[in-house]
Amino acid sequence: MSEKRETRIVYGEALVEAGQRNDRVAVLDADLFKSTRSVLFRDAFPERFVDMGIAEMDMVSTAAGLSASGMVPFVNTFAMFITAHCYDQIRIQICYPRLHVVLAGSSAGLTQGPDGASHQSLEDIALMRALPKMTVLVPADGVETRAMTLAAAGQLDGPIYLRLGRYPVPDVLPEDYVFELGRAKWLRDGDDVAILACGHMVAAAVDAAEKLAQEGISAAVVNMSTIKPLDVASVHEAMRRRLVVTVEEHSIIGGLGGAVAEAMAEVGGGPRLLRLGTRDVFGESAVADELLEKHGLTPDGIASSVAGALSH
Amino acid sequence: MVVRDLEALEARAVEMRREIVKMMGANKAHHFGGSLSATDIVTALYFYRMRYDPARPDWPERDRFIMSKGHCVPAQYVALAMRGVFPMAELATLKRLGTRLQGHPAAHLLPGIEGCTGSLGQGLSFANGMALAGRMRGIQYDVFCLIGDGESQEGQIWEAVRTAATQCLGNVTAILDRNGLKAMDTSYCGKDLGGLDARFQAFGWHVREIDGHNMAELCEALDWAHETVDAPCLIIARTIKGKGVPFMENRPEYHNAALSPEQVAEALAALESPRAVQEA
Repeated sequence: MSEKRETRIVYGEALVEAGQRNDRVAVLDADLFKSTRSVLFRDAFPERFVDMGIAEMDMVSTAAGLSASGMVPFVNTFAMFITAHCYDQIRIQICYPRLHVVLAGSSAGLTQGPDGASHQSLEDIALMRALPKMTVLVPADGVETRAMTLAAAGQLDGPIYLRLGRYPVPDVLPEDYVFELGRAKWLRDGDDVAILACGHMVAAAVDAAEKLAQEGISAAVVNMSTIKPLDVASVHEAMRRRLVVTVEEHSIIGGLGGAVAEAMAEVGGGPRLLRLGTRDVFGESAVADELLEKHGLTPDGIASSVAGALSH
Repeated sequence: MVVRDLEALEARAVEMRREIVKMMGANKAHHFGGSLSATDIVTALYFYRMRYDPARPDWPERDRFIMSKGHCVPAQYVALAMRGVFPMAELATLKRLGTRLQGHPAAHLLPGIEGCTGSLGQGLSFANGMALAGRMRGIQYDVFCLIGDGESQEGQIWEAVRTAATQCLGNVTAILDRNGLKAMDTSYCGKDLGGLDARFQAFGWHVREIDGHNMAELCEALDWAHETVDAPCLIIARTIKGKGVPFMENRPEYHNAALSPEQVAEALAALESPRAVQEA
């Protein structure tokens, strides 16, 4: 197992690489550049970096103007602020005209930790997924974070939400992994249950599948890193098992679980769906591991929920 | 567009107002008041100040205009059509199913529209972004942004005012259409507008106040803003909501209203000549 990395930190390094490959890449931050790691881009390309100050709405609208005049802006702050605080600006100025703007939501999810509910984004995927023309990406590890960041500055187009975490995770994808938009990656096959996960929860799901195997339960694990457009074919394939499970560091409403529920309901007749995540509640202050434990999002918690659902 | 032919510009503005009233027509609610208060400003931009090639509305070196108070975009639609960016006949499709002329500007649908607005308070930030892109790409152009006086109640306007000043965006010019009326208010919102010049100046902007229906003052102010490059400029344009149509002037109920066919005829009759507008 490789060294664990935080996706927000890998992102900061990849952003510099993106800036080297594409001289149209510009970076905006709202006074969090050391935390979002856009500071690395600032140091490498000061002429293409602007610290907008604590003015997130202005930052997002400015990014729209940059994009409309030929730049590829990456916009950085904490996930909750870039999505909820700037929803109207994202909706009308970026999504409606389908401008190529990358919204990098840093320190997403429960594992933001001690700052508590105001800073823990548990609704951001749902918010971004509801917007027409928006692409929603949640990298599982460092390898995928780099691949997605470079793709977002390169072959991808239109509005992109890139959800990044501050929880160290091991690499679950091989070094030579090639990111394909809208294509889920089956990390492990299994006959009884399919666990569809995103972000930090992919590594947790892989560990949960190991534990389930020891109990005689064969679990597939799928990295659903593109939430939108959803890989519906992989959902259909997952439905060939007795149970489908979604795991995300996000509310069970409207995120990966919501998207998979919609895809399953549209074909109908399949197995049960178990959605794991936060259950329509706000976060709270604590260290990340305590919060994951409380919400059943550790490998043990996931394995136990899956085994429980299969026994019913 | 460097020749300043005031008579021709004034005649153009009257023609603009006629086309605005004609495209809006009778029996459907439209934003008459603000479109007519902004008409002279938009005329001075598209027919005098802006470096603009109607055959290439995406020319990288063009000057840019953002209608931040998006509901007044009919004035911009008429200017773009008169400059030949799209056919005049298309004006009649305003707000109809399938049109490129949406109720609020849709940049992806209609050439010549730079950005999407409609939710108030966002256009100046967008204008700053366009100006920053010019700096990063090494391309020279001016960015003009029309904001409403009511719109300046939005907090984001002041975020953008700060950004334009701190980033020294000398090629950004905001024009404040100070018609003194909002959508619901029957009273002049004078308290709110007091000290707008001082507020912008405190952020580091250059400010000039003019009669927003006087073409000479408009051209003069736009030239001043173009030549002032050390900091962003604000032109406070004192205007009359519904300007040019006597029964609408200074009446908040025509912010968004449906006219009867008789009212349309009366409005067009009032817009017969430049003199008629000046005397109104």
